Amino acid sequence: MISTKFKRAVLLAGLALGLAACGPKEPQTAGTPLGIRRLSEEQYRNVVADVFGTGIVVSGRFDPMIRTDGLLAVGAWNTSITPQGLVQYEEMARNIAAQVVSDANREVLIPCKPASAAAYDKVCAEQFFTKVGRLLYRRPMAAEEMTATLKITEAASDSLKNFYDGVGFGLARLLVSPDFLFVSDVAEADPKNAGTQRLNAFSKAARLSFFLWNSAPDDRLLQAAEKGDLYTAKGTEREVARMIASPRLKTGMRAFFSDMYGFDAFNVLEKDATIYPAFGQVAAQDAKEQTLRTITDLVLKQDGDYRDLFTTRKTYMTRPLGRVYEIRVTTPDGVWEPYEFPIESRRAGIQSQLSLLALNSHPGRSSPTLRGKAIRTYLLCQRVPDPPGDVDFSKFGDPDSPNKTARDRLTAHSTMPACAGCHKITDPIGLAMENFDGAGTFRTSEDGTPIDSSGDLDGVRYDDPVGLAKALHDSPAVAACVVNRLASYATGQPTAQSDKWVNFLREDFASNGYRVKNLLQRIATSDAFVAVPPPAAATSTKQASAQ
Amino acid sequence: MTVLLPKSAPRRALLRGLLGGGATTLALPFLDCFLDGNGTALAAGAALPVRFGTWFWGLGHTPGFGVTDKKASGPGIDFLTECQALIPHKDKINYFGYFNTPLDGRSNYTHFSGWVGSRTGTAPVTGDEVPAPTFDLLIADVIGTRSRFKTIDVSATGNPRDSYSARNTNSRSAAEVSPISFYARLFGPEFVDPNKGDFTPDPRIMLRQSVLSSVAEDRQKLTKLVGASDKAQLDEYFTSIRELEGQLALQLQKPEPNLACQLPPKPAETNIDGQATGVLIDTVKSNHAAFAKLMAMAVACNQAATFNMVFSASLSQLRKAGESANHHSLSHEEPRDPKIGCQPQTSWFNARSMDALAVFVDAFAGIREGAGTLLDNTLIFAGSETSFARVHSVDNIPVMTVGKAGGRIKTGMHIVGNGDPITRIGLTMMKVMGVQVDKWGTKSLQTGKTINEILV
Repeated sequence: MISTKFKRAVLLAGLALGLAACGPKEPQTAGTPLGIRRLSEEQYRNVVADVFGTGIVVSGRFDPMIRTDGLLAVGAWNTSITPQGLVQYEEMARNIAAQVVSDANREVLIPCKPASAAAYDKVCAEQFFTKVGRLLYRRPMAAEEMTATLKITEAASDSLKNFYDGVGFGLARLLVSPDFLFVSDVAEADPKNAGTQRLNAFSKAARLSFFLWNSAPDDRLLQAAEKGDLYTAKGTEREVARMIASPRLKTGMRAFFSDMYGFDAFNVLEKDATIYPAFGQVAAQDAKEQTLRTITDLVLKQDGDYRDLFTTRKTYMTRPLGRVYEIRVTTPDGVWEPYEFPIESRRAGIQSQLSLLALNSHPGRSSPTLRGKAIRTYLLCQRVPDPPGDVDFSKFGDPDSPNKTARDRLTAHSTMPACAGCHKITDPIGLAMENFDGAGTFRTSEDGTPIDSSGDLDGVRYDDPVGLAKALHDSPAVAACVVNRLASYATGQPTAQSDKWVNFLREDFASNGYRVKNLLQRIATSDAFVAVPPPAAATSTKQASAQ
Repeated sequence: MTVLLPKSAPRRALLRGLLGGGATTLALPFLDCFLDGNGTALAAGAALPVRFGTWFWGLGHTPGFGVTDKKASGPGIDFLTECQALIPHKDKINYFGYFNTPLDGRSNYTHFSGWVGSRTGTAPVTGDEVPAPTFDLLIADVIGTRSRFKTIDVSATGNPRDSYSARNTNSRSAAEVSPISFYARLFGPEFVDPNKGDFTPDPRIMLRQSVLSSVAEDRQKLTKLVGASDKAQLDEYFTSIRELEGQLALQLQKPEPNLACQLPPKPAETNIDGQATGVLIDTVKSNHAAFAKLMAMAVACNQAATFNMVFSASLSQLRKAGESANHHSLSHEEPRDPKIGCQPQTSWFNARSMDALAVFVDAFAGIREGAGTLLDNTLIFAGSETSFARVHSVDNIPVMTVGKAGGRIKTGMHIVGNGDPITRIGLTMMKVMGVQVDKWGTKSLQTGKTINEILV
């Protein structure tokens, strides 16, 4: 049963969409080249959990994605599966299948009982694969695909004299199939415009679903695709409103912001236990979670201004985090409580939370350069040039020099012409965060010398981290960056700042108060999101644009 | 009943027995001596296999602290401070000095261009481009088809992304980082002990093959739907499917009895400062030592004929507990001690890398195989990404080879490159391992000249 709360959320989302329609008019664009992309590790896990439940354990290593134009999600469009990676996928497929057909799960996950558990039962097998195949392939299985799957199931059932083991092999076939592991864009002739193409309804459903939920379409979205609703603006708007009102949007946006802010690096983050004894593995995971909670609370639950993420003092706290922040948290371990940093804490914005501070530092010390680079790259979508090959860092590291603080050392280092260019880009930002050590704990001095955390961001001067927060909030690049990244994330294609569609989205974002939910709706319902270039160009430009 | 199977007749015949009439046990007698009189071939006449692997460490050597430079190639390597641990092994090693990595005006992407140039034969155009397959994979294409896994990638750093083997920019595999998981993958329930007398082909393996065969039949359908660039992605996927099918086929055959293969003990979990993996030097050393033993036995047991082992990343993050600077930052920031003529802490980390290489060599040299050791039948390419990390130099990157490749190469040589492209070493490795290649590399890295001084 659909709750009243949910119905109201859908209604409000639809109303917002209607209001948004009064804004700037979407320009006509050529569309996104067709392509295939490999499911990310998180998407794979999400789909398995959605289809079979969270009790199914997925364990194995996934071939890495390569960050392209700022996003792993864009790299996914060029990534395949290596022989070593396939060994892992095949093993994962068997393990998942074995769990699904196990004694403990079959009653729930297999919708029928075979005539005999010791023999093949075509009717029951077909019933099972019709249901799960549609969810895993994101479309109904074709007749020949069903036939092939049933043949495997029959062979295995007969060989092992066990229907469920047979179903397990059939399911493994689905899970190792390219139809599951890769999301393919499929175009079809557009009956309304002769000579042009459109994304077919199931491809559109998949694009919407992975964009907003980071998972495969649910049954209702597939139904909308089957009925042709996604070919109409009204049907699309209705489904997008439903998806944005769904709690699953949080999963999708956590995935997006994790990608945008480089949170995959948390997988290998470590801090020196002697220098930062409070920053253990639990604190590291809580730091990531804290920022994601801050983001989803502000941009989804509060439907707030995206730029406020960089000035907000409101967040959530746990005891392990409290030990690093040096604040008293009374709730038990593992319990989150709302928290607001006091003004005197000098913490404002997610860039002053442990996640971004610790992630962009060394294991045993802070790094104004890494932090400045992270702000430029992740928050402002700017490129910091690679360091030159022949750098002399001796002025930076000389322990006998009188330079006690990072600012002193970097100033000395930056006197070298080869280094000065890049450090001018990164350091005025990073040095404003020097009030936080390599783990993110507040400090006022380094090596006995008071820290000067003044700086400037593209001409806007500030005296401390709070000033940096305001400068970020007011920087047009901050809002432009999230629009750019979301557009790329949605289509899988690098998006130039000068792109007509992105410019349109930027204007729309600003005119609607920098509301991310509104931006999501605008992207998901725009023509450019699903437009397909003419046949000759549709399948040939992916690689070139990625480069 | 229809069974989907690849077209090979023996498996089809075997399946008829297994799937139609229940499991069949193929009992084969265990022989006491499987080798010929010379100890270089199996009694059945098949030569002992020759294996290939790479071993990587980050940040090279301090100039003047790795080896004594020579003016001309010849026997004898004079290992210095950072390579003390290799002295007992110098007769098993070749050292290659003064081979360069010309970048033809392309940027020196720090800690990247060096390994990409030396392993792919082409200098990268961007800081993340892998423009061609690394040569270990070209060797694996040739010799990796007769083992359970085509190749295995392992990193002692705790980061699965620390791998220097790639087919291209977007085709890289994740390295195994846990010795316990590695053990389970290699020597878990699916491991077939070659020295057990009885052998029963597992019908489940045949069914797994059938699954892959069935998937492979979708190739035509899918490639029709996609463009050229997507075809490359699908091609790689379907190649992976075909290779896994072939590897499963091997598991249906009784493995050759193999006295060198002994099921190793399960490794204990590393727990240093509460961490099982990571870049603390003691953690890395512990995990590397565990990996070395498992890798050597994996190779001896024909689980893989090619492998890649990473001790530290190109941007080595190795660190000591309680120290704020790690290996990489030390390499740039640590002042040179005028009394000893180097950066002492950086040099200390460099030396630990060579300690680890010695551990790896010991693991292979410690397994008797035929008349010699596993190392005699293996060729290991050990290399870094810079020569002098402080200035990111990609000329004179230290490279060594270890092992005799089944008697195909001489060892104990110090080869002087005189500025020749470093690709001469990779080309020589490929030729020794049977890759049909005359020229390798592009632009100034292209070469057709092998290093004949080490060839037998």
